[in-house]
Amino acid sequence: MSPNIKPYEFKENKDLAWCPGCGNFMIRDAILAALQELDIPPTKVAMSSGIGQAAKMPQYINTNYFNGLHGRGLPVAVAIKSVNPELIVIAEGGDGDMYGEGGNHFIHNIRRNPDIVHIVHNNMVYGLTKGQASPTSAMGFVTPVQVNGVSNTPFNPIAVSLCLGATFVARAFSGDVEQTKSIIKEAINHHGYALVDIFHPCVSFNKVNTFSWFKNNTYYVDDSYDRKDFQVAMQHAMKLDKYPLGVLYQDKTRKSFEDQLNIYEKNPTPIIKRTRNLDQVAKLYRD
Amino acid sequence: MLSSLTLVLSGQAGQGLKTIETLIVNATKQQYHVFSTTEVMSRVRGGNNTVEIRISSNKVYAFKDKIDVLFLLNNNAYDRISERITDQTLIFGEIDFLPDTVKASLGKPYETLSIQSLAKESGNTLYGNTVIFGFISGLLNLDKAFGKDLLAKKFGSKSENVLKGNHIAYELGYVKGQKFSHVNTVKTCYDVKENKIINGSEAIAIGALAGGVNYISSYPMSPATGVLQFLASKSNEFDIIVEQAEDEIAALNMVIGAWYAGARAMATTSGGGFALMEEAVSLASITETPAVVHVAQRPGPGTGLPTRTEQGDLNLLVYAGHGEFPRIILAPGTLEEGILLTQRAFYLADKFQIPVFILSDQYYLDSKAPVTPVTLDEEALKSFVVPSKKNYLRYKFTENGISPRSIPGFGDGLVKCDSDEHDEEGTITEDFNVRIKMNDKRLGKENLILQDYIAPELVGPKNYKKLIIGWGSTYGVVKEAIESNPVSETAFLHIKEVFPLHKSIKAFALDGIKIAVIENNARGQLADLLKLHLSIYADERLLKYNGAPFTIEEVTHFIKEVF
Repeated sequence: MSPNIKPYEFKENKDLAWCPGCGNFMIRDAILAALQELDIPPTKVAMSSGIGQAAKMPQYINTNYFNGLHGRGLPVAVAIKSVNPELIVIAEGGDGDMYGEGGNHFIHNIRRNPDIVHIVHNNMVYGLTKGQASPTSAMGFVTPVQVNGVSNTPFNPIAVSLCLGATFVARAFSGDVEQTKSIIKEAINHHGYALVDIFHPCVSFNKVNTFSWFKNNTYYVDDSYDRKDFQVAMQHAMKLDKYPLGVLYQDKTRKSFEDQLNIYEKNPTPIIKRTRNLDQVAKLYRD
Repeated sequence: MLSSLTLVLSGQAGQGLKTIETLIVNATKQQYHVFSTTEVMSRVRGGNNTVEIRISSNKVYAFKDKIDVLFLLNNNAYDRISERITDQTLIFGEIDFLPDTVKASLGKPYETLSIQSLAKESGNTLYGNTVIFGFISGLLNLDKAFGKDLLAKKFGSKSENVLKGNHIAYELGYVKGQKFSHVNTVKTCYDVKENKIINGSEAIAIGALAGGVNYISSYPMSPATGVLQFLASKSNEFDIIVEQAEDEIAALNMVIGAWYAGARAMATTSGGGFALMEEAVSLASITETPAVVHVAQRPGPGTGLPTRTEQGDLNLLVYAGHGEFPRIILAPGTLEEGILLTQRAFYLADKFQIPVFILSDQYYLDSKAPVTPVTLDEEALKSFVVPSKKNYLRYKFTENGISPRSIPGFGDGLVKCDSDEHDEEGTITEDFNVRIKMNDKRLGKENLILQDYIAPELVGPKNYKKLIIGWGSTYGVVKEAIESNPVSETAFLHIKEVFPLHKSIKAFALDGIKIAVIENNARGQLADLLKLHLSIYADERLLKYNGAPFTIEEVTHFIKEVF
């Protein structure tokens, strides 16, 4: 931790519940740096998370948070943003939390296009429950439950989100804090739903997809890459030998969920700051 | 002279029974008290659905079994309700809607009413429903000009010809109906002329508006959807965010997120949908986030009888969610209570930072009557949200056990909520002592809740020797049964706040008083709770669980012959 305490850091050293060497530490560094560099006051940020090692992130960032149920970080986040669009809202969790237990919310919130950042730690294994397969585990991956190896096709969050019309799709690698930070900053600045799937090693339970495995099996899309081109994004998303990193797709033309809410079309005041008139209500039952 | 007249329209789904019902009820309330309720099959077309309309010179809000006037609207409309016919029942329908053998067995002649030909005569077979409206208006001697006005409001925006045709259809029906006006000997009464007709769904939705609802997220499910649709229809006018969730799990998590950020949010669902919400109910509790859920009961288990009624989910709500925590369950029995209790639900949820449930059922929601204007409570809109100071502690231990609740972005502090056990700040802890203190803090709210307990209503003689206890939608039927037997020694106690139960209820059930509990379920769930929490033992349980509401006849028989 830096000697100068910044707004999102804590005065005292927190006892972080992650294993030494866990990729989550670097993801935290990237998020802290992104928020600090964007100069957003912590009171204006609300994080929503589910349950899992990744979902503990809000505990270690000094801001507003709602650490709810496994799989349910997205519904809470979407509601927070819609009742108070003045807040920057970040939903965060792991691959099991967001793609498994919360899969239905993943699908339908991409369709909604809420103006939130969705950070998913993707280490291809369940950490907190000690080593079972996650939706993104590779075929053949052996675990205490999948004793003969995983037989399900791995979930491809990049391709799925693209198909559902996600307006910002990115993948990062926790080993590169600098790039991860800039991707997160772009996601925060994007107006609409922004998926940031972050590859990272689980040092305790995934001995296959290690730090060096991720390093050797990923590549950054280069400067000539056109992030507006859906077809190109899909081509990269479907590559299964090496995985693309960077902002893979962005559509700045679509309205966000909140923009489309009738109540904000004429009046941007957050709904929580408006009042109810009981005389107007009483007219509903007086002829 | 009849105290009430019961008309039933029996037809199939898709025939427009709801349209006729609305017209008749609105025209009738100009001259009578009126009540209507529908029972439908779980299908969009066909089958057999009925509408019952009761008119009376006194307030009426109960289902009657025996039919005075029956309209058959197709050839499949009689069999299912044949047991509701008496020798006195007057039956109308097309000539071939009943086989001759059945016609011969009736106590009164079968009255041929060719709606089709009258509609054709007025220009279009589509005007059949208006012929029926006219016919019933004639039979009841309703104000013709008013009836035509209603039609003008309904069809005025269409072509002039359509309105003209409907007016002719109404007239033709009216003249035919008038020939039977001797059947109606109910005394006219102009008490409710000015009152608006609403149903239970509307009452609950209006109550929610009065409670400040500005966010509703739900997944459609009968019979709970009426509340969602009504609020959606008012969402532009009243600034409400309405979102159809991808599932009930999302719905309640969204509601909780909305409250966390400062909204007054609710979800509406039925038992099956609520079962999916249970984990989130528990989440609301440990995060001390308010939540309001309307649970519209229908018979279970599983999909059960999707369009019918039951009071089978009281236990589901009492025990919903893992872990131990308080909750409030309010059960309206009248339209007025639907408004006031739902308004109150938002206040209580905000005040105590707990889940509050409005428990209704299909029968309650689909029943219509003129609503007595109630006075809304300004206090219910009072927000308990406070601005936060720099080192704000969301779960601060306070003297009364309630931690002042702030919301993100409202002050200099940070609002940290956690579904893990947490310390005062909202950080995860596994400190055993903190765990005990936090659990005690949450459970301790039950005592505060009881200080705000909503008193039950006693109906009938004060010096009763027998007491019927009920809750929710049984109110109207028990009240009418009690009041139409003035010599009886039986009173009725209607419990509005069914959980937690206040010990003051014991004072109504002193030793020597015979107790019966009436419930639209198979086991007597309130009766069991009364025993468990208040040591009130029911001598009798009057239960019904075939999917239909109690009838006046059943409750009257129980009071006179059994109890």
